[in-house]
Amino acid sequence: MINLVYNEQLKLFRKKRLFVIILIVAFLVPIFTYAQYKQVKTTEERLGTTDWRTQLQQEIVDTQNRLSSSRLQEDIRQFLKVRLTQQQYYLDHNINPNAPGAPTFMRVFAENSIGLLLPLLVMVIAADLVSSEASGGTIKLLLTRPVKRWKILLSKYIALLLSISFIVLCVAILTYGISGLVFGYGGWSMPMLTGFTSKGEELITTGVHLIPHWEYILMEFGLVWFVCFVVGTLTFMLSVLLRSTAAVMGIMLAALISGVILTNMVSSWHSAKYLFMVNLQLTNYVNGLKPPIEGMTLGFSIAVLLIWALAALIISFFTFTKRDVY
Amino acid sequence: MSQVPALKVTDLRKTIAGKEIIKGLSFELYPGEVFGFLGPNGAGKTTTIRMLVGLIRPSSGSIFISGKNVQTEFTAAMKHLGCIVENPELYPYLTGWENLEHFARMDPSIPRKRLDEVIDLVGLKLRIHDRVGTYSLGMRQRLGIAQALLGNPQLLILDEPTNGLDPAGIREMREFIRFLAEKEGLSVLVSSHLLSEIQLLCDRVAIISKGQIIRIDTVSSLLEEQERVEWKAEPVDVAKQLLAEETDVKLGDNGILITPHVEGKIADWNKKLVDRGVKVKEMKAKLPALEDLFLELTGGEHID
Repeated sequence: MINLVYNEQLKLFRKKRLFVIILIVAFLVPIFTYAQYKQVKTTEERLGTTDWRTQLQQEIVDTQNRLSSSRLQEDIRQFLKVRLTQQQYYLDHNINPNAPGAPTFMRVFAENSIGLLLPLLVMVIAADLVSSEASGGTIKLLLTRPVKRWKILLSKYIALLLSISFIVLCVAILTYGISGLVFGYGGWSMPMLTGFTSKGEELITTGVHLIPHWEYILMEFGLVWFVCFVVGTLTFMLSVLLRSTAAVMGIMLAALISGVILTNMVSSWHSAKYLFMVNLQLTNYVNGLKPPIEGMTLGFSIAVLLIWALAALIISFFTFTKRDVY
Repeated sequence: MSQVPALKVTDLRKTIAGKEIIKGLSFELYPGEVFGFLGPNGAGKTTTIRMLVGLIRPSSGSIFISGKNVQTEFTAAMKHLGCIVENPELYPYLTGWENLEHFARMDPSIPRKRLDEVIDLVGLKLRIHDRVGTYSLGMRQRLGIAQALLGNPQLLILDEPTNGLDPAGIREMREFIRFLAEKEGLSVLVSSHLLSEIQLLCDRVAIISKGQIIRIDTVSSLLEEQERVEWKAEPVDVAKQLLAEETDVKLGDNGILITPHVEGKIADWNKKLVDRGVKVKEMKAKLPALEDLFLELTGGEHID
């Protein structure tokens, strides 16, 4: 089995797919870094570079004033207390909340690329994993070895999971390494707000608490990996079913982009929440952004994605082992 | 023969979309034998071969490779098989060596030194570390055979092995296949739609048409039966009578007399006819003989 996975990795490596993907990321990260840098500069100009401490001080006073008001609802009070702790931390540790370090950039990059960019990159790897063997005719040599068909498919799938992990890891390293040149490498222990839940139209803040930044980033990259795994598995299934890599890419591309569009307009179409492509923005749950459709939670989205991936795997293995190869 | 046949096919059938494509094939291959699979395009040669190598599941019937059932003991059966189905499609972005390594890795029982052996055998030593994308068709064909031989198979299945090769390449391939059968004791199944190919290469041949085997026989007996001479002579009665004294004569259409082709006797027969005052207008040896037989058996179905 290790030999088979090694073979698949060798082919992936020699097709230079991984290399191209890393190159794309390495090219995009400096662009985003520059954009972020410009944004920070603009904010600084507006507020004045030296003034952020005073500004933060002012915010803390505001929060304290609101807290002392007696008519405050209990959950808002809770939220404000947590927020106050965060602001106090920034001040005590001399952190400018508007001037992010490399970890913040990593986090923002992950949040923005989870819905489209990273799934697209994963798709490029997964799309021709099986279909290229079919269209190139090499599948005939592969399947006439003394190796069972399911083992061959499994080796390809494992190679895919390894590549996905590699891509996610590379994104993390590249974003940190490159943006750190500009923003500095600090900020791992900055406290972050999390634990938002939504009920109906409301955002419930009772569960909100602080966690260190590194834990927050780890969580988000975990979600990024999970989304990539699901998209990879779905692409893998299409790659088994279709001979043409272009068709696989086309279908996946349409699905992913329609997901982005749908997320913005499906709030009243409730059954759309069972589509995998509107569930990809997992990091929004951690951020406390309102989900696209009422009733969607982190657990729900993960369950939906898991079911899609599982179904795709079953279909892939079933058709691959049973199918006649022409 | 008492040995285990390298390949034993019994009542093999395949139905695709309600249409029976392969209608009950049965045949056996013995060690050291080159077996030809001859039929026009679309007769079911490739479908049959794909069933033999486990790419297509037969609708019914059984296939045994060296006594192992392809459907129930797939891995064991495949250990005894090397094959090229249609063109030898290898990974163009890997070198020849990497391609062989890739396939060797899939079967842990293949020792590393086997790679050098097969490369020597097919004579690819000089270019083995070049990318396959830069190979000529002949070299790819040889690399294809190298990968088929990796597992030291008892049965080699080659689908149209000379397709796309130039005349020199075809002769080389033919000699190589004969060498494998005679010196290495492999059984080789070769499919082709080229009669001349099969005639030169094979010991036995199965003629297949519309999914059925019409005839299985040794090439020599098929040819003996079919090689003949056509005579056009006047008067026909006398000529027939005279020839009948020497050999079998049949009266064909348009007063043509047909006799077997016996090397060295034709001139004598002709002299005899001429001596008795028969005017011999035309003598024609019918060659290649397999082609006639083929047309006869398949009822004039087109081959190319």
